[in-house]
Amino acid sequence: MAVSNLTDHALSPGTLPHSERVLRKAFLDQVDDIPGGEKLRKCIQCGTCTGSCPLSYTMDVSPREVIARFRAGDIESLLRSRTIWTCASCYNCTVRCPAGIKITDLLYALKRMSMDQGIYPKRFPVYVFSESFVKMVKRYGRNWEVGLMERFQRRTTTPVLGLFKSMSMLPIFFKLFRRGRVNIFPKKIKGIRDLKRIIEKAEQMERPVERIEEKRPTRVVGYEAIGS
Amino acid sequence: MDYAYYPGCSLESTGVSYHKSIVEVFRALGLGLHEIEDWNCCGATAYMSVKETVSFAISARNLAIAERMGKGDIVAPCSACYLVLAKTRRFLMERPELKSKVDEALAAAGLTLKCKCAVRHPLEVLVSDLGIEAIAAKAKRRLTGHRYACYYGCQMVRPERYFEEDREFPMAMDDLMAALGAEEVEFPLKVRCCGASQMVTNEEVGLDLVQSLLECAHARGASAIVTTCPMCQYNLELYQDKISSRAGKDLHIPVLYFTQPLGLALGCDPQALGLQHHTVPLPQEALILEEV
Ligand code: SF4
Ligand code: SF4
Ligand code: SF4
Ligand code: SF4
Repeated sequence: MAVSNLTDHALSPGTLPHSERVLRKAFLDQVDDIPGGEKLRKCIQCGTCTGSCPLSYTMDVSPREVIARFRAGDIESLLRSRTIWTCASCYNCTVRCPAGIKITDLLYALKRMSMDQGIYPKRFPVYVFSESFVKMVKRYGRNWEVGLMERFQRRTTTPVLGLFKSMSMLPIFFKLFRRGRVNIFPKKIKGIRDLKRIIEKAEQMERPVERIEEKRPTRVVGYEAIGS
Repeated sequence: MDYAYYPGCSLESTGVSYHKSIVEVFRALGLGLHEIEDWNCCGATAYMSVKETVSFAISARNLAIAERMGKGDIVAPCSACYLVLAKTRRFLMERPELKSKVDEALAAAGLTLKCKCAVRHPLEVLVSDLGIEAIAAKAKRRLTGHRYACYYGCQMVRPERYFEEDREFPMAMDDLMAALGAEEVEFPLKVRCCGASQMVTNEEVGLDLVQSLLECAHARGASAIVTTCPMCQYNLELYQDKISSRAGKDLHIPVLYFTQPLGLALGCDPQALGLQHHTVPLPQEALILEEV
């Protein structure tokens, strides 16, 4: 059964402010697309996910608490959390959860929502990385690592710092280059126009996004504490 | 036996030695490998987290072309590609609404998709379709004295119904190496995540995770780490200078693809297996192997 049609208490606690209701609907819509997504209701708060996560020590909201906050009607704080950006999608939590909850996919859904809502700082590395990657694929049909890294370094910092950061990548770059592991030029696929048609068509079918009123924060709370 | 081959972007650049060694090994074992015509990037996890329908649609283009070629199942050596393609196929089979959206997008390029070809990792293909004994029977050399820490990483073994029962402690690669004469190394971190793109977006965390893997391999007396994924290989090999200096001890160790020792055992030429592309090379004496 689709989760978004359920009315039980666990899924719609008390009276929620408008913004939260908007987010909740968007989230549950996304959960509907995840096979097994409805198991979300079965969380027993055992903490296996947090205990299994190799990155939980760098997170501000543990994977278990993500589910707890969702239940408590606080999706907005999840969209602002460092957690959704630090998850490396290693699926350890998902494989071990005794209730079969698709935690990794839920975190993906939250990440997408955070991007849809524009809740992340402008030069935020994880976002810039994803976005640069998407640009490469749209332009060439394949990822071009040199272009990706160049764009990433340029977009995550100021020009001067960006130059400095690019320099720090040079040793690795030269090592790879000497060993014949770098493509200096991008390769474009032959069917790039077909691919563009597919992307355009799919974009039209993406769910419409209702924006909640929010200003872009200058940073994700606490992200700088782990060295970014 | 024939397979459709999805190399993925990494295998054209940083992971070129994986590409070379897979082609060699499949040839040596008499298996047909047919590159998917004009394949595109599978979109990886980066795309997944931006737009949902689009990410499934671009990855589905590859599945559709492979199906049209009719060469059988898809072999995807990069763990990330493998995961993304397999996940796309499963989501499309289990979620009809998503499937109809993706079908419509594919139709814009004149493609159709019935999800006929399974997506498989080469390790699984070799172990289940040929079998470890049959492979060992074709070996021309023994890997005596080699001590490999087999690193499976996470994307391959975890979410998409990996073939072994035990996803916490897979053994396929260990068993294969042992059958080829290598010494067994117990490597408890064999499925611990290396952090993937954290190395780029959040370097300190990435370095921490890789450091613990390298330390473990050294503590267990491994002579090399053997991987199944170009990203694992990249993360484990290219930051060794940096990690050694931050750890204050020498943590250098060669990081290979499982198809390279396998290729050596099958009698392939080290150059053809791409060993010259590695920045922490396998010592010359390791290439001298006894004949079977
Ligand atoms: S492991 Fe599953 S059941 Fe346990 S807290 Fe995490 S999500 Fe809930
Ligand atoms: S998938 Fe994400 S949340 Fe789950 S264990 Fe891995 S890093 Fe942690
Ligand atoms: S996941 Fe990585 S290697 Fe695979 S196709 Fe995408 S960019 Fe290339
Ligand atoms: S170990 Fe790292 S690179 Fe390999 S599959 Fe896991 S996250 Fe990806």
